[in-house]
Amino acid sequence: MGTERSAYIAGVGQTEFKRHGGIMDRSQFQVAAEAVLAALDDAGMTAADVDGFASFSNDANEAALMQVALGVPQMRWSSMVWGGGGGGSCAAIAQAAAAIQAGHAQTVVVYRGLCQGQTRRFGRFGEGRTHGNFVHPYGLFAPAQMLALQVRRHMHLHPQIHEEHLGMVAVNARANANRNPRAVMHGKPMTLDDYFASRYIAEPLRLFDCCLETDGGCAIVVTTPARARDARKAPVRILASGHGSGPGWGSGPLGSQNMPDADYASTNSRRIAKELFAQAGVLPIDIDTAQIYDHFSGMVLMALEEYGFCDAGGSGDFVAAGHIAWKTGKLPINTSGGQLSEAYVHGMNVAIEGVRQLRGESTSQVYDARLCLVTGGLGVAPTSAMIIGRD
Amino acid sequence: MAYFSDTMPAPHPNFDDRDYWAACADKRLQFQTCGECGQARHPPTPVCAHCHSFKVRWQQTAGRAEVYSHTTIHHASHEAVQANLPYVVAVVTFPDVPGVRLVTNITHVDPGQVCIGMAVRLWWDAVGGGMHIPRFNPDTSSSA
Repeated sequence: MGTERSAYIAGVGQTEFKRHGGIMDRSQFQVAAEAVLAALDDAGMTAADVDGFASFSNDANEAALMQVALGVPQMRWSSMVWGGGGGGSCAAIAQAAAAIQAGHAQTVVVYRGLCQGQTRRFGRFGEGRTHGNFVHPYGLFAPAQMLALQVRRHMHLHPQIHEEHLGMVAVNARANANRNPRAVMHGKPMTLDDYFASRYIAEPLRLFDCCLETDGGCAIVVTTPARARDARKAPVRILASGHGSGPGWGSGPLGSQNMPDADYASTNSRRIAKELFAQAGVLPIDIDTAQIYDHFSGMVLMALEEYGFCDAGGSGDFVAAGHIAWKTGKLPINTSGGQLSEAYVHGMNVAIEGVRQLRGESTSQVYDARLCLVTGGLGVAPTSAMIIGRD
Repeated sequence: MAYFSDTMPAPHPNFDDRDYWAACADKRLQFQTCGECGQARHPPTPVCAHCHSFKVRWQQTAGRAEVYSHTTIHHASHEAVQANLPYVVAVVTFPDVPGVRLVTNITHVDPGQVCIGMAVRLWWDAVGGGMHIPRFNPDTSSSA
């Protein structure tokens, strides 16, 4: 797609990141509003430039109220992605890009404000889960437990993948977080021995295989090529973006686990991966860095396979060879520390790190990074992803 | 006495799955099946994805199953499971009802012995209020 029809990311913003319950001095709505204003400031824009909002996962900070709070003079468009939890992160960005390409809006802010201390912890039982009738009576309450079933089967089908490889994903994220002062786990180094000393949550996943539970807000400004060129920072082009699901996922691993056999031990990304690379006109080998939604280490391994960075079953060898490590690996991943060690803002902080890499602003900067893959939540329906680059 | 404590979340039957739960209450494990093309599906949903028929029948399993995936849970995400830690959640398949998987527990077993492909057998857990929940334990019979 030509640059004149592409949508661009012109600004990113965030609040501080705290462990769940760490932000109790102001409301979750305020946190979301602060992130939106930070992203606009980063872009050199004001609320008067905004005419659209997008979010996902039933974000409680409603767009119409955000318009009032920030004094946005005219809204032309807003969107909420159905279902999928964090699988909606890049989907919301893709919706914004589509709205801009279609001329429905000029500048859309995609945001997520999440204060798990003010609402509920994602790692605990919660009422109202779709198909909760088919998991709760068995003590299958939280995503770590549900997706452990995918990781287990993946390791069964590919016995060359070991728990050590899960640990390497976790240790890699922590090393990156220790270069990032914004990270919740900054100043807390972790070795593979530390990893193996951590307790199991749901086998084969240990505590450090699981993402953080975070209070914080993130926002991303998506706009037209012309406005992006006038922005304060170097524009980042959205070469490809989308969301979707294979057949038969429904509530998937977070529901009754009745996805097709061929897709069971997967992140539900095979189809979208193929389409994204075709849309962007690039190959996996062209990607300089990837920000992969790391709710659980084992899903990152599967994503490396499904996005074509290695063969099916080859992800263990891939990480053991050091390919995901900054700064010597051929595909440094989750360079802010990801959701395992920076923060869990439902994928939005991972997307922000992708933008920082392309601007040369990362604390684990990949030399001359030009193309970045960002994924949304994995193993859910929908999942989503985008390929972003600098012109 | 029920397998988990009495504060364990119970199913709340709804329009689409109430027949499934009514059968469970009656200690019958049956899966929704298309009344036209015979394709089984789970969880219950009103329309067949293969032929779009809204006709429904039910296929009962004899209760022999095979472990498809499993996890041993060490962390209580709800107070009701605290005394059961560690416990095993598994996804099982049924030779006599192909095409569906059930999330359940494997009980009365050393969690370390549970493996993919393991033969398991249905038992009914009386959880109160007239409801029974299908759980499984190792199938030690020679015909498994």
